Amino acid sequence: MNLKVFGVARDIMGGGEIALTDSIHSVGELKALLLNRYPKLKELNSLVIAVNQKYASDEVSVAETDEIAVIPPVSGG
Amino acid sequence: MIKITAKPIDVQKVIDTASSLGAGAVNVFIGTVRDSVHNKHVRWLEYEAYESMAVAEIRMIIDEAAHRWQLQGWAVSHRVGTLKPGEVAVVVAVAAVHRKESFEACQFIIDAIKAKVPIWKKEVFEGGEAWVSANPPLVIHSN
Repeated sequence: MNLKVFGVARDIMGGGEIALTDSIHSVGELKALLLNRYPKLKELNSLVIAVNQKYASDEVSVAETDEIAVIPPVSGG
Repeated sequence: MIKITAKPIDVQKVIDTASSLGAGAVNVFIGTVRDSVHNKHVRWLEYEAYESMAVAEIRMIIDEAAHRWQLQGWAVSHRVGTLKPGEVAVVVAVAAVHRKESFEACQFIIDAIKAKVPIWKKEVFEGGEAWVSANPPLVIHSN
């Protein structure tokens, strides 16, 4: 599973493209895994996952073919 | 027009794109880079975007604005890359028949962009840098 990682999350996770070999089926599972593996993510104001360029809640399922992004707190504008 | 660009924004072009002969008002918001934040001197900002999703999210925001107010035209341009104080980071232009709608829609759009669109900025100070809004502010307790 390949993740696109942005902003401060990229600094924390060590890269803008992260490949996970774990078996993950939902956004909730992915978030739990990331928070566990990269504890500094817990210090952020928010952490949201986007699946195929749409914000996704925990129950959304994820597949190998999906485009998945790790979205730390936004600060555009 | 929804544009994410690494080049300096052509503000007049954004205005001209939004303008319409049917509009009595064109409202323009220009977001600029400040030279200080919390009494710290800002050397520059670094902006980055999840570009494809940012464009999609801005499109949804425009759709919502068009649903709530009658718009004659609109245009949004957001810059990415390294921006120095004084440079233009974002321009939102909205045209409407009357000024009330143009003010309201323009504010709605920029507020929603700031809340939802996957774009991030990092402030670079003398001796440090920080991603804006990433962490809760430090609270120092004195005993």
